[in-house]
Amino acid sequence: MKEYLLTYRTDYKAMPQMSPEEMQANTQKWMNWIAGVAAEGKLAAQGNRLMPDGKVLKGNGVVSDGPYAEIKESIMGYSIVKADSYDAAVEIAGGCPILNQGGNVEVREINPM
Amino acid sequence: MQAQEITPHLFRNEYSKIVAVLCKTFNLKHIEIAEDIAADTFLKASETWALKGVPENPAAWLYTVAKNKTKDYFKRLSTYETRVKQQIIADEELVLPEINFDRQVIADSQLAMIFAVCNPVNSSEAQICLALQILCGFSVHEIAGAFLTKTETIKKRLQRAREVLRNDGFEVSTPNNAEAAARLPSVLTTLYLLFNEGYFSKAPDSYIRKDLCDEAMRLLLLLIENPLTNTSETHALMALMCFQSSRVNARVNADAEVVLLEDQDKSNWDQALIEQGNRHLINAFENGEISKYHLEASIAYWHTAPDPKNKWQNILLMYDSLLLIESSPVAALNRVFAYAKVNGNESAIAEAEKLNLTDHPQYHALLGYLYTGINDTNAIVHYQSAIDLSASNTEKRQLAKAMAKLA
Repeated sequence: MKEYLLTYRTDYKAMPQMSPEEMQANTQKWMNWIAGVAAEGKLAAQGNRLMPDGKVLKGNGVVSDGPYAEIKESIMGYSIVKADSYDAAVEIAGGCPILNQGGNVEVREINPM
Repeated sequence: MQAQEITPHLFRNEYSKIVAVLCKTFNLKHIEIAEDIAADTFLKASETWALKGVPENPAAWLYTVAKNKTKDYFKRLSTYETRVKQQIIADEELVLPEINFDRQVIADSQLAMIFAVCNPVNSSEAQICLALQILCGFSVHEIAGAFLTKTETIKKRLQRAREVLRNDGFEVSTPNNAEAAARLPSVLTTLYLLFNEGYFSKAPDSYIRKDLCDEAMRLLLLLIENPLTNTSETHALMALMCFQSSRVNARVNADAEVVLLEDQDKSNWDQALIEQGNRHLINAFENGEISKYHLEASIAYWHTAPDPKNKWQNILLMYDSLLLIESSPVAALNRVFAYAKVNGNESAIAEAEKLNLTDHPQYHALLGYLYTGINDTNAIVHYQSAIDLSASNTEKRQLAKAMAKLA
């Protein structure tokens, strides 16, 4: 089986403010989904969420507040799944709750070092 | 029978204590020496007590006899060695370490013995058998009864397991901090499996089942009472065992069928054990650590909670977290059941079918349950597969009943 990196992207600024109840419901959706992947034995690494802010470093020594200001969407988290093919990996990603929240999932096959 | 008889309880308890203390005090590599002395001690007890009655403090009586028998053993050994090897040790007084059977020594010795026996060089089945024999004083026959296995098979398994331990440098000594921390997870796993062997056992004799659960809890309590092993995980496992045990009488009906939690007679639940479980659960969460035992104990807690608001949401979330720590078919199937309670049977069917655990009777039983009322034809097909795959006649009967309602 191959491994695929799932990168979750969304526009933080466009995300609606959530009440504590909504946040909890959101967490539950993510947990239900990722645990479902784990239940199938297809989760290689749960991964992590990322904080919304960051730094971007350029070759000329310039450090700017990031993530990339020129792109609206930023990475909010990642996981690694196991699948036989891109199709199978995409099918797994299809259940990700971010797709119903205006975000997207990038699926990339990992090329082991 | 009169009161003179040695109760199985006294035998099991004291036999394993004597063996542990002797092994640790004399650093015995051959546990059989201690076992012979303990067996001799009980033989003498049964002879003497039959004539004179049981002494006021039977345990103290046994310890005194065990001490004397140990001294005799070492005296014989030294005589033998001097004669055979013709060494000249003229009438030298045999110096033996003090044999002490006070509470603390017993507790320390038993802890050391738990760590010596729950050694991952042996398979978990072999470890459980060893634990039952050496730590719990069960006879080979009783172990065979608990495992529904032939006595001969258990005997062989134990012999092999003992040999493996000896070759691994068997030593009954108090582990240091690092050793305790390194070995504790496999010790807990063995006790967890020992408990489950009792709790989920299909053995017809319910007393044996309950004994296994009680023994697992007794050994775990030894770990809790020792600062070396009194961790949040130990408390979490204890909480889990308390919650499970509290329902042991309610989970099986008169026909030996397993009763679902929601259908159980709650007045049959042991409230004292539930409260004990609550206390351990609070201790378990004190330092913020989370292990699979924490999650399983929390799930068991939610099942016993009196007024559970969002009960199934919480249970589902715990199962989600559990699967992220350790994915197993049983946990995955239980999770789908909780998923069905939260999101309805229809969406749970898709969730279940993704698992594709077609070799497991429980997988088909769950799908039979979920399809009931949605697609009865599918439900019947799955119930039939579950019946074909199940190894338990009681379970087959129970599944057939559920299927008969659909036809």
